[in-house]
Amino acid sequence: MFRTVAELVEIAENENITISEVMIRQEMDVKNKSRQEVFDEMEKNLVVMEKAIEDSLKGVESVTGLTGGDAVRIQNYMKEHTPLSGHLVMDAVSKAMGTNEVNAAMGIICATPTAGSAGCVPGTLFAVKERLNPTREEMIRYLFTSGAFGFVVANNAFISGAAGGCQAEVGSAGAMASAAIVEMAGGTPQQCAEAFAITLKNMLGLVCDPVAGLVEVPCVKRNAAGSSLAIVSADMALAGVESRIPCDEVIGAMYRIGKTMPSALRETGEGGLADTPTGRFLKDKIFGMSD
Amino acid sequence: MKYNSVFDIIGPVMIGPSSSHTAGAARIGKAARNLLGSEPTWAKIHLYGSFAKTYKGHGTDLALAGGLLGFETDDTRMAQSLVIAEEQSFHIQFIEDSAATDHPNTARLIVGNEKDSIELVGISIGGGKVEITELNGFELRLSGNHPAILIMHNDRFGAIASVTKILAKHEINIGHMEVNRKDVGKEALMVIEVDQNVEDSVLHELENADHIIQISKIVS
Repeated sequence: MFRTVAELVEIAENENITISEVMIRQEMDVKNKSRQEVFDEMEKNLVVMEKAIEDSLKGVESVTGLTGGDAVRIQNYMKEHTPLSGHLVMDAVSKAMGTNEVNAAMGIICATPTAGSAGCVPGTLFAVKERLNPTREEMIRYLFTSGAFGFVVANNAFISGAAGGCQAEVGSAGAMASAAIVEMAGGTPQQCAEAFAITLKNMLGLVCDPVAGLVEVPCVKRNAAGSSLAIVSADMALAGVESRIPCDEVIGAMYRIGKTMPSALRETGEGGLADTPTGRFLKDKIFGMSD
Repeated sequence: MKYNSVFDIIGPVMIGPSSSHTAGAARIGKAARNLLGSEPTWAKIHLYGSFAKTYKGHGTDLALAGGLLGFETDDTRMAQSLVIAEEQSFHIQFIEDSAATDHPNTARLIVGNEKDSIELVGISIGGGKVEITELNGFELRLSGNHPAILIMHNDRFGAIASVTKILAKHEINIGHMEVNRKDVGKEALMVIEVDQNVEDSVLHELENADHIIQISKIVS
């Protein structure tokens, strides 16, 4: 069983297989299941992701009215304009935000690795799909590659905002997506690790400061940031850019930063954006009280 | 390792909005229901840390209630769980507790009915994954990675052997086991993680073994 990204890449290189294949073989081994069973289970997650994006493009709104409708707004903009950041990036942003809009509206999503960060992996997948035309199997493999990297983060650091801030959630999710994009685009296992490291480095220190404690503001737009950064980092890695700090050390830094983060900035809804005049106003308006 | 499957990371499929505060909370509720082993009619739930601060926004109360009603993380009835509980005369009380805990997402559930009650502490460690860290005053570490049998028994010689003998007879392999007692010769708790789900017939057999008080199981 691999414990670090270095071990994950080493197994892939030694056996001349992809990251997704390492993850699939490990899952078969741990759960004592066939390849087909493991694939089928992951395909169910893929179907949920696809459905959430479809639902979001019909337009959703959360109970509080704080979030919803931005995924549609961006899709409409793309029909009439050429986005400055490019079609693929904005498509990913729209689909990532859409997934989180559905989540905020208490719809059904697949946590990747968490619900608050559930937009990055499917958002990028369904945008990159339009460019790379993957097979269904390659789309499922995208999720195994994402999962392999998330697995290392979860076991060596954390993936929840309450434990480590948003860097642990959207930071991990965006980085997982970067690695998966690289594999789908034909990059090497090491390039997957470079892309992961580049994204996570640029998410270090990000706090979890949800307004009124709700997974809405700023969570939905942070998924936009995570997915756009994921695509840029993947391109950088595919171009041959390397992270000067190795991937596992970036994960270690994320862990130590999270450990020193005050609890007001770890999903208590007490600090950061939650503690702005507007943040406090919205909380009072939603819950009809102040404390 | 805390996480052993790719589906801990890509998954669960769940009702939003938070994997720790909603899906994880539902799983803690479900674990409490399984451990009680019968339909609960009342529950007192203490919330700590981030759970206490944000439970309304995250629907943590709805999720804990849903889990206690037996709902899975993706059950669309989750948003109505408190209403459904009330309709079934299942009374649930939430207490925002300011006591310090080791983990930011901690809940203490005291759950019961006219026959029985249990008290457990659950933590939601991220991505919907939970651990049970305390049961009826016994410290334990139940990961939920594997099916498990929890056995309350009297602290007497032969109690452990009588249990393991039955498991061996049914070719059930023990992956992890711990035994904890309140005091010499008093109540004790055996926690046994196994590789496959245990049939109810085996549980009945275990219940009748020497010095056994009560048995419950957790399906992974």
